[in-house]
Amino acid sequence: MTERVPVLRIGDILLVSIQVDLEDQTVLDLQEDLADQIVARSARGVVIDITAVEIVDSFVGRMLATIASISRLLDAETVVVGMRPAVAITLVELGLSLGGVRTALDLEKGLALLRRSATGAELT
Amino acid sequence: MELLSIDQERVTAEWIDGVSRSLQGRISKAEVDRELRELYGALVDGLRAGDEDARGDGFSEVRALLTELSRNRARQGFTPSETAISVLALKQALEPALRNGSAEDTTAYLRLARILDDLALLTIEAYTRTREQIISSQASQLMELSTPVVKLWDGVIAVPLVGTLDSARTQVVMEKLLQALVDTGSEQAIIDITGVPAVDTQVAQHLLKTVVAARLMGAECTISGIRPQIAQTIVALGIEFGDIVTKASLADALQHALRRSGVDLVTRQDGGR
Repeated sequence: MTERVPVLRIGDILLVSIQVDLEDQTVLDLQEDLADQIVARSARGVVIDITAVEIVDSFVGRMLATIASISRLLDAETVVVGMRPAVAITLVELGLSLGGVRTALDLEKGLALLRRSATGAELT
Repeated sequence: MELLSIDQERVTAEWIDGVSRSLQGRISKAEVDRELRELYGALVDGLRAGDEDARGDGFSEVRALLTELSRNRARQGFTPSETAISVLALKQALEPALRNGSAEDTTAYLRLARILDDLALLTIEAYTRTREQIISSQASQLMELSTPVVKLWDGVIAVPLVGTLDSARTQVVMEKLLQALVDTGSEQAIIDITGVPAVDTQVAQHLLKTVVAARLMGAECTISGIRPQIAQTIVALGIEFGDIVTKASLADALQHALRRSGVDLVTRQDGGR
């Protein structure tokens, strides 16, 4: 069995920090784990940290979009943080603009973004 | 070989004359004199070694001299014909010697002519190579020059684009901009296209790619400096910038970026006194 990516909890936010090379099976396991965790912990936000990811392909790009869609269905917002310039360029060249996925420069800004949108939601 | 050594002084003089005439005094006669005499010496040496092939070992000295010569000519901006004439003029200079020469001389002349033609081709090759080196070094200089990323405010960076955008330059701009976003932790980026002379579908495509890449990294991108004619062209071409914020001037873009990052600009009541 392949390695699983740990899903950590900070308050009502789930943090997924991807530190390993992403194989297709790892990605599928992660989607499953994440969906389970969002429901189990009634999470409001998901932060995916890809600072350590140096190589992406279209499958990983689609994975990010899929996770975002799944989370949105479960009423959690997804923020992808720490994307490297090379990764961003690759995704653009692959024609994946990740519409619907929110992004932030680093983990701190990503958490701030979720916090901001939470307070914004309460105000309206 | 006989042919070259019989009347050496006269032939060289005529050769030098012919070459400097075609160069129209842009190189001093003394310099041409020195270059060609050296070349002549090397050529005679090569022939004496009995080599028939211009690319053979006997002519390595000649080839080295010619390469040097054409490199200099290319740098000084001479045309290829002006460079090649340095070799070919020797054929003309030899012609008078043929008029009262024997059949043997003619055969020798023809053989020499073939070698000289080969050498002239070598000259052109060296000339072209030098020109290509110059062009590629200029292109890379241009690439470095034209893409500075400047910090306008805490968390706001800008790239003023000057000149025509092609794929190679967009790539450099994109990489520099994205790296700057990471390095400075900026969340706002402004691409100023005031200095871009024309926008076509391809340039627009490149701009869009850059904006999308910046978005993927978690930064917002504004395009500014769209001149009236360019706005007309963009609309006429049917290019859609979608939800990308575009501003007419860099000042407007900066104001927008500041507001987005939570900075308010206030004019003081007393008018700055």
